[in-house]
Amino acid sequence: MKNIVKALLGSAAIAMMAAPASAATLDDVKAKGHVQCGVNTGLIGFSAPDDQGNWKGLDVDFCRAVAAAIFDDPEAVEFTPLSAKDRFTALQSGEVDVLSRNTTWTISRDTALGLNFAGVTYYDGQGFMINAKKLEGINSALQLSGAAVCVQAGTTTELNLADYFKANNMEYSPVVFEKFEEVNAAYDAGRCDVYTTDQSGLYAVRLNLTNPDDHIVLPEIISKEPLGPAVRHGDDQWFDIVKWVYYALVNAEELGISQANLEEKMNSDNPEVRRLLGTEEGTKLGTDLGLTNDFAVRAIKHVGNYGEIFERNVGADSPLKISRGINALWTKGGLQYGMPIR
Amino acid sequence: MATPQSTVEGAAPRVPLFYDPRVRGIAYQVLVFAGLVALIYWIIGNTTANLQRANIASGFDFLQGRAGFDIGDSLVEYSSDSTYGRALFVGFLNTLRVAIVGIITATIIGFIIGIGRLSKNWLINRICLVYVEVFRNIPPLLVIFFWYFGVLSVLPLPRESIDLPLGSYLNSRGLYFPRFLWGEGAWLVLVGLVLGIVFTFFVRRWAHRRQMATGEQFPVFWTSVALIGGLPLLAFLLTGLPLSFEFPELSTFNLRGGIQVRPEFLALYLALSFYTAAFIAEIVRAGVLGVSHGQSEAAQALGLRSGQSMRLVIIPQALRIIIPPLTSQYLNLTKNSSLAVAIGYPDLVATGGTTLNQTGQAIEVVAIWLVVYLGLSLGTAGLMNWYNARMALVER
Ligand SMILES: N[C@@H](CCC(=O)N[C@@H](CS)C(=O)NCC(=O)O)C(=O)O
Repeated sequence: MKNIVKALLGSAAIAMMAAPASAATLDDVKAKGHVQCGVNTGLIGFSAPDDQGNWKGLDVDFCRAVAAAIFDDPEAVEFTPLSAKDRFTALQSGEVDVLSRNTTWTISRDTALGLNFAGVTYYDGQGFMINAKKLEGINSALQLSGAAVCVQAGTTTELNLADYFKANNMEYSPVVFEKFEEVNAAYDAGRCDVYTTDQSGLYAVRLNLTNPDDHIVLPEIISKEPLGPAVRHGDDQWFDIVKWVYYALVNAEELGISQANLEEKMNSDNPEVRRLLGTEEGTKLGTDLGLTNDFAVRAIKHVGNYGEIFERNVGADSPLKISRGINALWTKGGLQYGMPIR
Repeated sequence: MATPQSTVEGAAPRVPLFYDPRVRGIAYQVLVFAGLVALIYWIIGNTTANLQRANIASGFDFLQGRAGFDIGDSLVEYSSDSTYGRALFVGFLNTLRVAIVGIITATIIGFIIGIGRLSKNWLINRICLVYVEVFRNIPPLLVIFFWYFGVLSVLPLPRESIDLPLGSYLNSRGLYFPRFLWGEGAWLVLVGLVLGIVFTFFVRRWAHRRQMATGEQFPVFWTSVALIGGLPLLAFLLTGLPLSFEFPELSTFNLRGGIQVRPEFLALYLALSFYTAAFIAEIVRAGVLGVSHGQSEAAQALGLRSGQSMRLVIIPQALRIIIPPLTSQYLNLTKNSSLAVAIGYPDLVATGGTTLNQTGQAIEVVAIWLVVYLGLSLGTAGLMNWYNARMALVER
């Protein structure tokens, strides 16, 4: 019933919106005094509230960076936890300004759902996790025929799963839940043999299982899951802002600008650094975006560059300990590539 | 709008039209109606504009698209290659299935508990009272969670399945039964069953007439049992036992073969049945108490045994009181079945939600939900009203 009500409200919102909420998101955001950011309901490393109820994670930090770029205040953001199924309605109906919730960039989400993806903050791929204690001798996803698989509804995961088993002529019995905690609880209770989602998600989920050490992630990666922040169609300025905050963070890492040395870099005479930090004489790069020329400085000052955000939330300084892998800078063999700021 | 100048002609006291309550009433209704039409017009116009702006194509064409997702529990052929329309249909059948078996079970339990509440046996009476109070006062979602996570977590994994009689098993993946595999000539058994039912029908009519005419009773019950049970059995023996079983067997992960009833369905079905039964029990109790005491005394005076007086005198009268509120319990059960999403039973709301999420067709999917639930409710209500009319006192 609750879901019907939610969807009803969503469609009612679409019916009632007097003026399209998408017209000038930046003005709306400034008037509200904060960015409304759609996040995950609790995926460690990406967006989850800590013991004190503060939201933490890579997706969360990205929203804080946007808020900092606009308001010079990383706290000028409010979070709306969204399930996989509800997230797009929430963005379309204007309930959130940005959707930063480990969401895979796909063509139909870009077109049929009317989203604009601002970039890829984390390159991921779908994997499988099993309880190695209970299923000895299984070390490849190709041995999974006949298994019961737990998966969350409304995800690309659900679709890739169907494709993968079909392509490999294997059977499976899908056990599909709408809520994240329910998938986790069902897997933990032994309702299914396999848990499947984005690989980063598997590591995060494993941390919260009763006996994390019993579970292994199988080596196969069966899909491409480029995860990134999205905004709705129809507001190019807002799209640009979100996109260039992301590129500014990557460029900052490329140029070696971090939270620690920002002060010193402000006096740099490297023209590239000066353009990014808005210290160039007569620059209009930031104001053309609708922000101030020091928007990148504000973002870096409060949340750090891309690499710092990564390490803090999912990398070496986090419980997940995920290596940079393909999320390293392009100069180091990865895929992160900051478009030129000029 | 009415004009205040004109007046009503005739014998009635001359009141200016403006103050005539009838005219005013009509005027208000016209105003409200016009307002409503304007509102609907505005909503439709606004929706279309906003949808276009949000780049969401409208219409039901998306139902023909490939769904791409699998559904765990389906009564009809379905795979990820099927269409969204098919996925919704599968969800609809699942809703219908849990609603129908839930209604039947809830009614049976409800009647037993309701009659039990009236029992003179203190223990039975108290047990039934506790049942009613417990289930009536817990939100249905909690009951569902109890059956799902509570029971699921104590059930063993497939390798340590609990053996049940007749080659059935119970484990955390559900309940497994052997599957009947009918061989050649098995259709004769079905023919036997149909014939048995038809004959029974005629025997009953004949026996009733004869009893009316002569007062002689005929052992209708046992004849029915013999006909309905015996004819198929005879056909079964004559065709040389055309039946084999497919037993569930352990494979790497799960039991294979046989029939599997998934725990999501079991949990939802049990929860809805037990929850609604508590309300039905109270309705039944009220219905029976509502039949005046004189009726049972009269039945006794006629020499009917207590079972007979319950069956022939009390219950038929009580049904008249019971059926209307029972209908609304049936509607509740059907609507509560949408709580299925909470435990991953693929009902209409679940498959519709996934479709909505993938296609973005919010308005259309919500419209389908509304129409289907409305249709189910009206259908149930219609059926119950028909039954109620049949049960109603026939005035002579
Ligand atoms: N990247 C995939 C899957 C994203 C997803 O929703 N993953 C799940 C499993 S890790 C999740 O984060 N659920 C958390 C929630 O619903 O709050 C997508 O965009 O469809």
